[in-house]
Parts: sequence; C-alpha cells; structure tokens
Amino acid sequence: MAEPKPIVRIVVDGEAVPAAGESTLAAVLMQRGGEFRRSVRGEPRQPLCAMGTCFECRVTVDGAPHVRACRVICRDGMVVETGR
Amino acid sequence: MRRLDVEVAIVGAGPGGLAAARDVVDAGCRVALVDDAPAPGGQIWRAMGSRPAAETLPFLGRLANQPERVCLLTATQIVDCLPRPDGPPVLLADAPDGPVHISAASLILATGAMERFLPFPGWTLPGVVGAGGLQALIKGGFEVAGQRVVVAGSGPLLPAVADLARRRGARVVALAEQATRRSLLPFARTLLRRPDKALQAAGLLMRLMGVAKRFGAWPVRAEGDVRLERITLRDASGGERTLECDFLACGFGLVPRVALARLLGCQVEDAGDGALRVVVDDRQQTSVAGIYAVGEATGVGGVDKAIAEGRVAGPAAAGAEPLPAHLLARDRERRFADAIAFSFALRPELRDLPSDDTIICRCEDVPWREIENAASARDAKLNSRCGMGPCQARVCGTALAFLRGWTPESPRPPLFPTDLRTLSTLYSSETHGADDA
Repeated sequence: MAEPKPIVRIVVDGEAVPAAGESTLAAVLMQRGGEFRRSVRGEPRQPLCAMGTCFECRVTVDGAPHVRACRVICRDGMVVETGR
Repeated sequence: MRRLDVEVAIVGAGPGGLAAARDVVDAGCRVALVDDAPAPGGQIWRAMGSRPAAETLPFLGRLANQPERVCLLTATQIVDCLPRPDGPPVLLADAPDGPVHISAASLILATGAMERFLPFPGWTLPGVVGAGGLQALIKGGFEVAGQRVVVAGSGPLLPAVADLARRRGARVVALAEQATRRSLLPFARTLLRRPDKALQAAGLLMRLMGVAKRFGAWPVRAEGDVRLERITLRDASGGERTLECDFLACGFGLVPRVALARLLGCQVEDAGDGALRVVVDDRQQTSVAGIYAVGEATGVGGVDKAIAEGRVAGPAAAGAEPLPAHLLARDRERRFADAIAFSFALRPELRDLPSDDTIICRCEDVPWREIENAASARDAKLNSRCGMGPCQARVCGTALAFLRGWTPESPRPPLFPTDLRTLSTLYSSETHGADDA
C-alpha cells in the first residue's frame, strides 16, 4: 500500500481512462461510475459476484464480447466498450 | 490445437489445488494446473493483479523449482470433456491463446465455492453487490473510502468483508446476520475447540467493535432512483429499520461449485439449504475412479480444509500413499467443516422476500411471477428462459434450490460461454485420430 502503483491507460467507450496498474477492469469501471451493461429490460447492472460466475460485469474488451471485467487485469492500451 | 498429456490435471489453483499440485510434483509426476483467474490463489489468496498473494509462495516456489513437470494455465476455463475408455475424460480447456486438450491419468477438482445470492426487491440496483463480491472488487483496486456500506446476509464471510471495507476507509453502517445469536451458539462452541480459529475470530470481532451489529436481521428491500440509496432490514419480530447507504454488500453463505464434477459424472450430495457438494472417500476420490475432489467443492470448510485435503489427494492422485499426519489433519478439518456445515442455516422468512416483480434470473430478466408456479428448474427454464443466460443458472439456480427446493439441472456443456473454434476441436479428426493411437 506504501508503493505508488504504476498507471496504465485504457480506453472506455472512446474515453481515455487512467487505471492503477494491477487493477481489475471491474474495479476500474466501478471507480469510473459503474457503467457495465444494460439488462434485457434496459436496467443498468454492476458486478454481483466479482469472481467470474454471475456475468453481470460483461463488457467488450479489445473487440471480444462477453468478457467478464472481474477476470481481466487492466493493460496499457486496452479498449473497452460497455453496454451503455 | 494444443494437447497436454500429464499424470495429474488439477482444476482450480486456490489453496486446495496448489497444495495438491505441490505434492504431485514432489511425487515425481507432471501436473497441469488450470484456473480461470489471471493468477493463482483462488478467492481467499486472491492475487493483486498478476502478483500472487504471499500465501501462495510456498507452493508456487516449489512448483517453479521443477518447471519441466508443471504446466500452469491461468485465465483458462474447462468448458467440456471428452470421455475415453482408458482413463478420466480429456478436459477441453479454453485458454487465452486457444483451445487445449488436457489428458491425465488422474484429475483433481479444486473448483472452490461461490456466494449464494437471494433475490429481494431492489437487489439488482447498482450499489447492491455480493459480500465476497465487494471484497473481490476492493482487492481488485476499487476504493471505498468515504462510502457508506451495509454488510448483510449470512456467514463468517460477512465480518471479514466488513473489516476489509472498514480498513479501506469505508463507513460500515451496519453488519446484519440473518441467523440469531442463539442459533450460532453451537458454531461458537465448535470454534472454541480450535484455538487457532477462535483467536482469528476474536481478533476480527475486536476490530469490528465500532460497527453496529444486528443478528436475526435481514434485508427486505433496496431502494434508490438510478442506484442504491437506502436499504431496509427486518427482524423476526417484524420490526423494520431503514438505513441510508451507498453499497449493500450482501451474500447468504457459500455453496460448493460442482458443475464440472457433475458433468464428469461424480456423485454429489445435499450440503444444506439447496446446495450440493461432491462426495469423496478417505483418499478424496469421487465416485468416478481417477477423479478426486478437494476443498470447498467437497463441503465449505475454509482454507485449512482445502490444504489438508489437497495434501491427501495430491499423493493419492500421483499413486503414492498420503502421510498419516496429513490424513489426520484432513480428518480434523473435515470434522470441523461438518460441525459447522449447518450453522448459519437460512431462515424460512428468506423464502418470502421476492415480490411478483422481483427479478429472479438476472441474465434474462425473469421476474418471480413468471416462474413461481413452475414445478422444477427445468419447467421454469422452458417456460420463461430462467437459467438460459450466460451464468447458466449459477445465480438463479442456487437461489431457487433454496427458495423452492429445486435441484439444479445437470450442467450442459459448454460449462462457460466459449467460441466455436474451441468447441469444434471436440469433433475434429485430429482429436479422434490421436485417440485411436
């Protein structure tokens, strides 16, 4: 906790977002305001289990859909599209 | 397509899988260790990004000393299996760089546990998250300083989450356990027979002295405009209390993850409140020869049980005899787990929480009214799509097993969403050609 963590730059819905290195994408998206996906009826949803079983945190990462943000470590240059 | 041929394949690199892997390698065998997280450690030894937790180092260090015997596949999930006549099924793994077929003389399932989520009005609002879910988000870098958090539901995970949130600067407004103090007395007595665990618990409770604790209280609704603003707790007398908060970290205990075990044909049994656990013998072997199971998957019992069972299954799977001391340690941990197995039992009022409009299946937005008259999980699914979404009934199925007593359906492959490229390797001539050899 004493060491400053390196910052990586990711892109979320076209916007450059700085992220602490070694963060999960789910944590970064929560920090940013919590946009992940919309449910079948259009309700905004956020991670529930945060361990890869509920799929509520699914977003598109580097073109691949249905990626669980809670299972992804932020990397420099990562491009994320939420379901907003 | 990659093929791995090893003596032992281990699914899950938490404490149980790591303990087993170390012993497999020490016994001179080759091991393939698979986990769907970016780094080993499971939930309780969660890695900080790609940096493994300190607790994993005694295990990873030993594995790193014999690299020719170890294949560690992270960010990899088992999606299906291919039966074969001369051993356990070949595992079909979906790895970041493509599909992998893992062939092993023995399998060890260390698939862990997941949280049980129960539906109540407003539970899908942003701001409502699992208890373990909030813990995982915080460990993943989410900052909760200054946020008002209510921790609710059931189980020993709740105080651990409250403590973590508090240490990171959150204001823990309340900790609400649905079990009563009285119903937890047997648990407390069992805990006292294990001074090591009792000491841990005591330390935790001391750190939580400033947090309002309610026993016999549970959330009945979460409310807010676009996100969570307040929650209401109810107790057995019917009294209600509304608390303003930013997050509700809520989970009703842990349930073993048994989908892969069931797919492989392993026998499971009732683990309380609708949960299932894998049945194993005194060498941790399941009902299928050559397939072993350890850790939370055989019954929720914490990290010590997982390690103890790993130290039995590892040698057993490698064809060696486990040390008597390790068998004794396993027996001791198993006794402890059995003693607490039905503690934190869920109270019947929790079955009445959903209203007609409450979403039961979050993946497909199926409300309670659409399935409450169904006869079974399958009936509900066929009439409403409940359970047909990406989580494949992991969330709603676990809830309905408690709410309605419906045994979750047998898992259908693929166990996780995967791509056609991976699935097609199940049918390729390359696969069948190799099996003919």
